[in-house]
Amino acid sequence: MSVTAFLTDATLCIGCKACEVACKEWNGIDEDGLQFSGFSYDNTGSVGASTWRHVKFVEQAPLPGLGGNSGEQVSWTFSSDVCKHCGEAGCLEACPTGSIVRTEFGGVFIQPDVCNGCGYCVTACPFGVVERNSKDGRAFKCTFCYDRQKAGLEPACAKVCPTESIKFGELEQLRQKADERIAELHDRGMTDANLYDPLDTSVAGVHALFIIRGDARTYNLPPAPEVPTIYLKKAWTSSALAAGLLFGGTLLAFLSAGKNGR
Amino acid sequence: MPGLGTSFGRGGATTAQPDLANADAILIMGSSMAENHPVGFQWVMEAREKGAKLIHVDPRFTRTSAMADIWLPLRAGTDIIFLGALIRYVFENNRVFHDYVVPYTNASTILREDFRDTEDLDGFFSGWDAEKQKYDPETWLYQGAQKTGSSSSPGHSEAGGGHGKDRGGEAQDPAGFRSDATLQHPRCVFQVLKRHFSRYTPELVEQQCGIPREAFLKAAEAFTAASGPEKTAAICYAVGWTQHSKGVQIIRAAAILQLLLGNIGRPGGGILALRGHASIQGSTDIPTLYDILPGYLPMPFFEKDSQKLDSYVKKHSARTGLWAGFDKYFISLMRAYYGESATEENDWGFNWLPRVTGDHSHFGYWLDMADGKLEGLFVMGQNPAVGAANGRLERKALANLKWLVVRDMVEIETASFWYASPEVERGELSPDTIGTEVFLFPASGTAEKAGTFTNTQRLLQFREKAVDPPGDNRSDLWFVYHLGRRLKARAGAASRDAALRALTWDYPTEGKHDEPSPSEVLKEINGWSMADGKQLHHIKDLKNDGSTACGAWIYCGVHPEEDRNRALERNSKDALGHGWGFAWPNDCRIIYNRASARPDGKPWSERKKLVWWDDEKKQWTGLDTPDYEKETPPHAPAHIEEGEGTSALGGARPFTLHPDGVGWLYVPSGLKDGPLPAHYEALEAPVKNSLYSQNTNPAADKKQRPDNPYANAHGDPRFPYVLSTYRLTEQHTAGGMTRHLSHLNELQPELFTEVSPELAAERGLKHGEWATITTARGALEAKVLITPRILPLRIDGRTVHQVGLPYHWGYMGQATGDVANDLLAISEEPNVRIMETKALLCDVHPGRRDRHAPVSERVPSYEESRA
Repeated sequence: MSVTAFLTDATLCIGCKACEVACKEWNGIDEDGLQFSGFSYDNTGSVGASTWRHVKFVEQAPLPGLGGNSGEQVSWTFSSDVCKHCGEAGCLEACPTGSIVRTEFGGVFIQPDVCNGCGYCVTACPFGVVERNSKDGRAFKCTFCYDRQKAGLEPACAKVCPTESIKFGELEQLRQKADERIAELHDRGMTDANLYDPLDTSVAGVHALFIIRGDARTYNLPPAPEVPTIYLKKAWTSSALAAGLLFGGTLLAFLSAGKNGR
Repeated sequence: MPGLGTSFGRGGATTAQPDLANADAILIMGSSMAENHPVGFQWVMEAREKGAKLIHVDPRFTRTSAMADIWLPLRAGTDIIFLGALIRYVFENNRVFHDYVVPYTNASTILREDFRDTEDLDGFFSGWDAEKQKYDPETWLYQGAQKTGSSSSPGHSEAGGGHGKDRGGEAQDPAGFRSDATLQHPRCVFQVLKRHFSRYTPELVEQQCGIPREAFLKAAEAFTAASGPEKTAAICYAVGWTQHSKGVQIIRAAAILQLLLGNIGRPGGGILALRGHASIQGSTDIPTLYDILPGYLPMPFFEKDSQKLDSYVKKHSARTGLWAGFDKYFISLMRAYYGESATEENDWGFNWLPRVTGDHSHFGYWLDMADGKLEGLFVMGQNPAVGAANGRLERKALANLKWLVVRDMVEIETASFWYASPEVERGELSPDTIGTEVFLFPASGTAEKAGTFTNTQRLLQFREKAVDPPGDNRSDLWFVYHLGRRLKARAGAASRDAALRALTWDYPTEGKHDEPSPSEVLKEINGWSMADGKQLHHIKDLKNDGSTACGAWIYCGVHPEEDRNRALERNSKDALGHGWGFAWPNDCRIIYNRASARPDGKPWSERKKLVWWDDEKKQWTGLDTPDYEKETPPHAPAHIEEGEGTSALGGARPFTLHPDGVGWLYVPSGLKDGPLPAHYEALEAPVKNSLYSQNTNPAADKKQRPDNPYANAHGDPRFPYVLSTYRLTEQHTAGGMTRHLSHLNELQPELFTEVSPELAAERGLKHGEWATITTARGALEAKVLITPRILPLRIDGRTVHQVGLPYHWGYMGQATGDVANDLLAISEEPNVRIMETKALLCDVHPGRRDRHAPVSERVPSYEESRA
């Protein structure tokens, strides 16, 4: 089975939020509050237990280049965020119950019937994607439409996207597509277009790639995400070192006591 | 849609959404297409990705602006200045597509000597009758034109109405037309047009629209440079153009621009009228309007000679062009309505049709209702308590009814006005005293019934039922059919029941609820032969001798065989979507496509070929169904003087519904407010009209009365700001279909208002807190969204602030809020009787409204506004 991925192209997103709605409809997720946020046209805030696709609305200074935010006064960018389905997933590594698994499509999937709500995955996610729900405390996030993929269908969000801002396909093919697209955008004057795919950090690349413009942080994407377990080696090393030193010291103390014993 | 109807012949979009992908430039104005037509917007994105320039002109920076190469903010209500300046730019910079304009438009036609332009009469065309407050349009006719028809003036009817005149042209016979192909005659349309727009300069755009001169010129260059033999540019609009006191003339201005640039009937060109929801195009084709019959046949009016079919047909048919077949279309319709009962002896049942006696438009009868002249009302697929202008008047009028039937999927505001409206909260109405008996019927949702939609691009798509409706929910078709059946059963012998007795009402039903079959209805709309019941294939099959029945001539061909429903077909064969659904007429995706070829029948260019003459096969062929007589060669001469029907037009006149076969830069008949667009300020505007002493469209009807007051004509100090209402992607119109759905409500949960940081500072508004907005009609509260996407504009040396307000909320459902339409006035554009929603005057203050104070305490009085 090939490894599948999303490629979300912010330069094609029109902010219609069809992905958010399709995701909730397909997965039967509840609404999470009917409050006017005042945060541009975004009233759902961020990806969480009850929002697995989330469209960000970024109002900022003008961006250069053709198409996509011409305004000399302001620019308004939209991008649909989702679980990154990391190459090395922090949540999966942290899960003590085996609830979080990697599927045959390469996605990261939480089995809700196994999850005990311990919440280790929440702190282990470098993107703040996983969240426990308020009802029973179990953790939820994007399933990568595992059920749809098993049936040979694309994920609901990619299916409904009217402008093909969300593409779904084979990971390596999408990486190639993304490179071509970025070269094209550069040619058209959008020299700040870049691919978000942190391959050289410990997450080892993501299965939800993003084409963005400028600084990743504008889109709430960390420039250098790390899997917390990379600190384990260091932690074990220093523990081992400490233990060794302690043992050695104790041994030394006994030895010298023996030498000096009467 | 008389703007498009009079200019080109048909009241429908000239192109199809997928064809936008072929455009070299797209101007979106009067629409936030990305927000309200996100699915269709994919083809705009495709064009942009292929290098097309995307220009968005809008008071607000919207999600559409965010995708555009050029965004120009304009002061709401100044669209004709902007478009007029584009037209002038075309003249001044030699961008007229001369080889297209001379043969395919009326540029060369000469006008009467006694015609006077708004430039001559300071804002009036000749023929204004100040006493009757309307035009006598006779002087607008062409030189030498013969008036046809009977008593009333061309293009006008005493009793009102507008949609019936969609097509125009019935008022004159082209026999005597004079023209000057050199376009030099001072009274030819071309020269008149040039003079008419000579004062619509880039400087005027800067002063009045608030768009810097340089920015305007950049956009004008981008749009006009993308037109010509090798390139085409398209225009998309929606209700941001129609909902003005001069909306039809705004669309006319766009039509003039596109004709001058040669962009009609060609791939990547055209004017796309974006319809507000699923079957709005369908609801004018098979109308829910009072003044037209299916296929844009006019409803007969109560007037002299109106009881004779002969005079009716004479009045509305034309000797040349497709309207020469008027009697065929009409008699076939009567045979569909009344079957064998309609005979030649009884004028095919002509006198069973009711007559229009006055303004029976929504506002016309609603004001009658407010005055206690109406007893009962059916409301289906509509929620006027939220969705219609001057909500307070609309709701209070409902309380004057004896009975009210509302059919909807949920209990909408119109059904609950008697206990839940703000008027009840304020004590203006009380359930104890309201005598209206309200019947709320549960209706099926879209997926719970079969039937067709006719969308924005004239495309009929049949959808099958996905699930049975729950409980007692029934389709609208079920309701109307069974209501008709019961009425028919009660028809007596009286002559007033004759129409009911004669009506054919025998659709087969199925299932345990006796659901009528929508495909049987579609078959009747398509039409059949009376003799053997065989389905008709083509409009040409229609006869005027009663041997054919057809429910809507323009739809003929949608169901050409007993078992072939083309609206149900789903095998798209090409980029224009042939094989997927059926576009009227005759599955043409781009209409008037004869214009995509030169007069000699060859494409204007390889890049922009669509339909051309095949010399070997001796017929028109190409990438679309030719919208022309298939076997009339391009060199066939026109016989305008004595010929009949479409053959009189010869081989090179693409606008076959017009008696002269050309596109109309100038509309000699069919419109009530002038043959050319002229700029007038909105009925409420912050400044005076800088072009003419006449401030507003003289033919517009303000319906001014104590319960429908206005701010002073211009610069009313009580209402310093410009207000526009609009829609959001996340909610739908009056909310009946969305405000009960949590997955949509969480995306846009509350009514908010968009204001600039400068206005917020001026009025002390705080982001995320409440503001109260007032107009002469009422007040409401909304959350404040301060955004740099709203710009204060410099208009004639002073700052004008604009306030944005989406209108989806009401007092029922999961997400509730004040009704934005309470702020609007009931006003009527003269041709289609639509209200002005896009340019009003308001004031804004921080804080919530007092929910119990009477309206008069919050809004300056009517007397004051009259001062």
